Amino acid sequence: MSTVFVNDIEVEVGPRDNLIQAARAAGVEIPHYCWHEALSVVASCRMCLVEVGEKKPDGTIAMGPKLVPACQTPAKPGTVVKTETAKVKTGQQMTLEFLLLNHPLDCSICDQAGECYLQDYTYKFGKAQSRLNEPKVQRLDKYHIGEQIALFTDRCVMCTRCVRFTREISGTAELQVVARGSVEEIDVFPNKPCNNKLAGNVVDLCPVGALCSKDFLYKKRVWWLKSQKSVCAGCSTGCSIEVDQNEDHVYRLRPRANPLAQGHFMCDEGRFGFKYVQSTNRLSGPTSKSIATVGVAASAVTKFNGNVAGKLFQPADLAVVDHWPAAIQEAREKIKAAVDSSASSFAAVFSPMMSVEEAYLLASYLKGLNRNVKLLMGPVPVVGEDDCYPKNVNGSAPTAEKTKFTIRAEKCPNRLGVEKVLKHFQGALVPIEDAIQGAHGIQAWYFVGGYATPDDSIGWVSPSIAKATEPAKLLIVQDIFPSVLSKRADIVFAGAAFTERDGTFINHSGLAQAFRAATRPPQASRADGRILNELCLRQGLYNTEFLRKEIASKIPSLESLSVGDLGVHGVELHQLVGAHL
Amino acid sequence: MTNASFEPVLLARINKPDSASLASYKADGGYAGLRKALDMTQAQVIDLVKASGLRGRGGAGFPTGMKWSFLPQNITGPIYMCINGDESEPGTFNNRILIEEDPHQVLEGIVIGCYATRATTAYFYLRYEYGHCYRTLQKAVDEMYAAGLLGKNILGSNYSLDIHLHRGACAYICGEETGLIESLEGKRAWPRIKPPFPAVEGAFRRPTVVNNVETMACVTHIVNRGAEWFQSMGIAKDPNNPRDAGSYGPKLYCISGHVNKPGLVELPLGVTARELIDKHAGGVWKGRKAKAVVPGGISMGFMSEAELDTPLDFAGPGRVGCLGLGTAAVIVIDDHTSMVDVLYNACRFFAHESCGQCTPCREGTAWSTKILERIRSGNGKLSDIDLLLEISSSIGTIPGTTICGLADGAAWPIKTAIAKFRPELEEYIRSGRKSAAPQLVGAH
Ligand SMILES: Cc1cc2nc3c(=O)[nH]c(=O)nc-3n(C[C@H](O)[C@H](O)[C@H](O)COP(=O)(O)O)c2cc1C
Ligand code: SF4
Ligand code: SF4
Ligand code: SF4
Ligand code: FES
Repeated sequence: MSTVFVNDIEVEVGPRDNLIQAARAAGVEIPHYCWHEALSVVASCRMCLVEVGEKKPDGTIAMGPKLVPACQTPAKPGTVVKTETAKVKTGQQMTLEFLLLNHPLDCSICDQAGECYLQDYTYKFGKAQSRLNEPKVQRLDKYHIGEQIALFTDRCVMCTRCVRFTREISGTAELQVVARGSVEEIDVFPNKPCNNKLAGNVVDLCPVGALCSKDFLYKKRVWWLKSQKSVCAGCSTGCSIEVDQNEDHVYRLRPRANPLAQGHFMCDEGRFGFKYVQSTNRLSGPTSKSIATVGVAASAVTKFNGNVAGKLFQPADLAVVDHWPAAIQEAREKIKAAVDSSASSFAAVFSPMMSVEEAYLLASYLKGLNRNVKLLMGPVPVVGEDDCYPKNVNGSAPTAEKTKFTIRAEKCPNRLGVEKVLKHFQGALVPIEDAIQGAHGIQAWYFVGGYATPDDSIGWVSPSIAKATEPAKLLIVQDIFPSVLSKRADIVFAGAAFTERDGTFINHSGLAQAFRAATRPPQASRADGRILNELCLRQGLYNTEFLRKEIASKIPSLESLSVGDLGVHGVELHQLVGAHL
Repeated sequence: MTNASFEPVLLARINKPDSASLASYKADGGYAGLRKALDMTQAQVIDLVKASGLRGRGGAGFPTGMKWSFLPQNITGPIYMCINGDESEPGTFNNRILIEEDPHQVLEGIVIGCYATRATTAYFYLRYEYGHCYRTLQKAVDEMYAAGLLGKNILGSNYSLDIHLHRGACAYICGEETGLIESLEGKRAWPRIKPPFPAVEGAFRRPTVVNNVETMACVTHIVNRGAEWFQSMGIAKDPNNPRDAGSYGPKLYCISGHVNKPGLVELPLGVTARELIDKHAGGVWKGRKAKAVVPGGISMGFMSEAELDTPLDFAGPGRVGCLGLGTAAVIVIDDHTSMVDVLYNACRFFAHESCGQCTPCREGTAWSTKILERIRSGNGKLSDIDLLLEISSSIGTIPGTTICGLADGAAWPIKTAIAKFRPELEEYIRSGRKSAAPQLVGAH
């Protein structure tokens, strides 16, 4: 640790920190463009210039004669940083005036407005007028930079964050600087667009409105968006993210830096792959074969959840039940009857899309009815192999030590968490495919899905599962999309997607992270925790903090959840309770 | 030693027939210095160069022996030497003459320098436009390999060295030492931030020494004739200034611009600009008078006529507000020339050559060029002068706002033109004249 003095505020900082970080620790903002924690230091934008000196052991301070870039200067013990001197202010004004010389000042039509560092710094550190009397350099916009990325060339401040990202993190090196001096630009090689699987990150890295996401472009002014801290459900990396929504519509996902999880970034599969949650094919409410109230349901549902009127799902062959209590009660009774007649013929199939809490509620409830009930692990989607970055020049993967980002082959967020629950209640982990080999004798099923399979012609139900469940006497399905099973089910619970639920996911390395509902479930569908809470006749509302403490007290391997609040970075399971605080 | 009795050292052989060949170089005693050096320890060679007071000829004037001693001791793995032959400073052509006319003199110094620094590979970074130099050098290097002067066990010693010629990337910034290294590595010549300095982490992340061509030629003669001989030329260090390292040895002065006899002359460091113009360049052309003189490449700024008696040693130009001696390339501007046009030309060069990395340099150089374009078109405003002054004061490593010295070089012509020729600039702006000189287009 070293003690440094930022505008006379004394702070302790790490030995590898720079002066931007030291100032941050002191609550002082040093504006910066080119520096980014995850990228190499180039110290070229010169936005972070400060005055630096040294406090001698005798207490005297010797200030250096020049401005120095804070990003490039290590916070050595005794460093004195001044960010508010006339010299620093003039330097900041000059850098901003330079950066704005050729800027088109088209903030009114720029996607970045509201979260743009050129706007914000100009407001805080710049001056109101440009003294340029000459024509600006004009550059053509480049819509071709990537499938998902457009470059508004003349808004670029040439910080090269995007270029360094493609060289240092993705390793794919599509982006580069072409030409020289004030007419230089960011570009790609002809016909070699920036389409790597991490490409979307350059949009977040771009401090201004130069690189924009085509998916988000002109969809929403950012000040209308509300962010919720969440976790991507796309794979077992479990990237920490922000879900940005407005009026229950998710507009974009952005990575949220988490040193315990993925680092600073996220992949495009996760970033753009969330769209299924807004599919019109979603299950819209509870349905039951025995309660046929289709007409009533439609209007009741519309009233209940009026904000999504017009997106109403019309079920083809099942009846919509407009009130959950009846459906849940029916399910509870039928489950009980089936378990009472033969507990070992009753199986519940858990999905790795479930949260730890949801798995716990269902498992503890069923085992509470009878310990011979079978708890099975549902399909764990795996696609290809883990995809590691940065790639080298030939496109091959880095060694383990050099890996900076991994998109995992396991395309679900919580296999580990659900397995821990199942192992606790069942003793051993039984995958469904094993349980249905030969004469399995299972006659009653409770299936939980939640997979990202908006196209029910493909779905997640394998032919063997479909076949094994055909003779079932009872089939209850809790899912978000119709499937072979839901179409056959006696009762269907329309559950919620990850952006609509609260819960805990445990990623590939055993990091337990909280994800939080950003939007409400569409129409009459419901968060799964709430469905299960009522099914199990538990008192009070579904509350993840409370449940985590309960789980921790019951399941030794999940003891670390006893903190209740997992914080923004989550808790590593092997960690001692409270050690992350 | 007076300048009149000065015997050329670096240019001693250039008018001889076949001066570039190994045979003729050896006939004149060539490679005796290398043999001598190989019999010394590496530390002895460094000490000798230190004792000579040799300072780098590439522009910054850094003491060469000291630079060599910055290399980390006791390390394993390669050390590299880069020879800076990018020579792109306007008005500068001394490296070119040395390479074209007497390459072995330079190469001998390189082998000695590499031996002293324990470098096992040298990269000769040569400005791309220097095609003739390239062919001459390649031939000389081939001759050396054939004669056992390069490659394994040079002259029967334990020392081995390879030299690779590398043709540059046609940009001024490739001459900045870390831009050179990046370019050598096949990247865009964007100068690196320091630290680490090249001596610690340079080419291919290994300790690297970068030296100018003329610097290496001097090394050859220092080893041959000794430190004392070298110190007998030039300007001694100021005993009252402990930070002055003196200006010793011979120097190649390039003279161009409005003189009767432009060319290259060799003189002991410290000759005045006036002596160079009047005695060695046949005086200002067309019977005119000098208005301004660039002491050492355009990035050093301007001296006025009244300052022409300034000695052109490492300290002299600084005393009259110039950035330094630079490359000792003297450009003479006669009194019929408009300083607005001269300044415009200088600004245009730096705007074109700014690598574009640092905001202040990238934008400041382009903006000042645009302002001068506007002034030249008759639309200047008096306030433009202060604006130019403000821009030039806020770019460069001296205020601390840029990575490399190109921006200081861009600032100095502006600063010195305004400091020394402000009335002329103001008169021009007030008149609203359009410049008679043609608009410059195209590359440099
Ligand atoms: C913009 C810029 C261009 C430069 N160009 C050259 C060059 O063409 N040749 C050169 O020898 N040094 C050049 N230099 C100086 C080098 O950075 C370096 O100081 C020099 O090569 C060191 O060699 P020396 O110590 O032998 O002089 C340049 C410096 C700057 C800032
Ligand atoms: S496009 Fe954005 S991230 Fe890339 S250099 Fe320009 S401002 Fe920086
Ligand atoms: S790596 Fe996995 S968790 Fe991260 S964004 Fe991609 S799909 Fe989501
Ligand atoms: S000062 Fe100019 S030339 Fe040097 S690194 Fe910065 S932008 Fe490039
Ligand atoms: S953030 Fe320090 S120079 Fe760009």
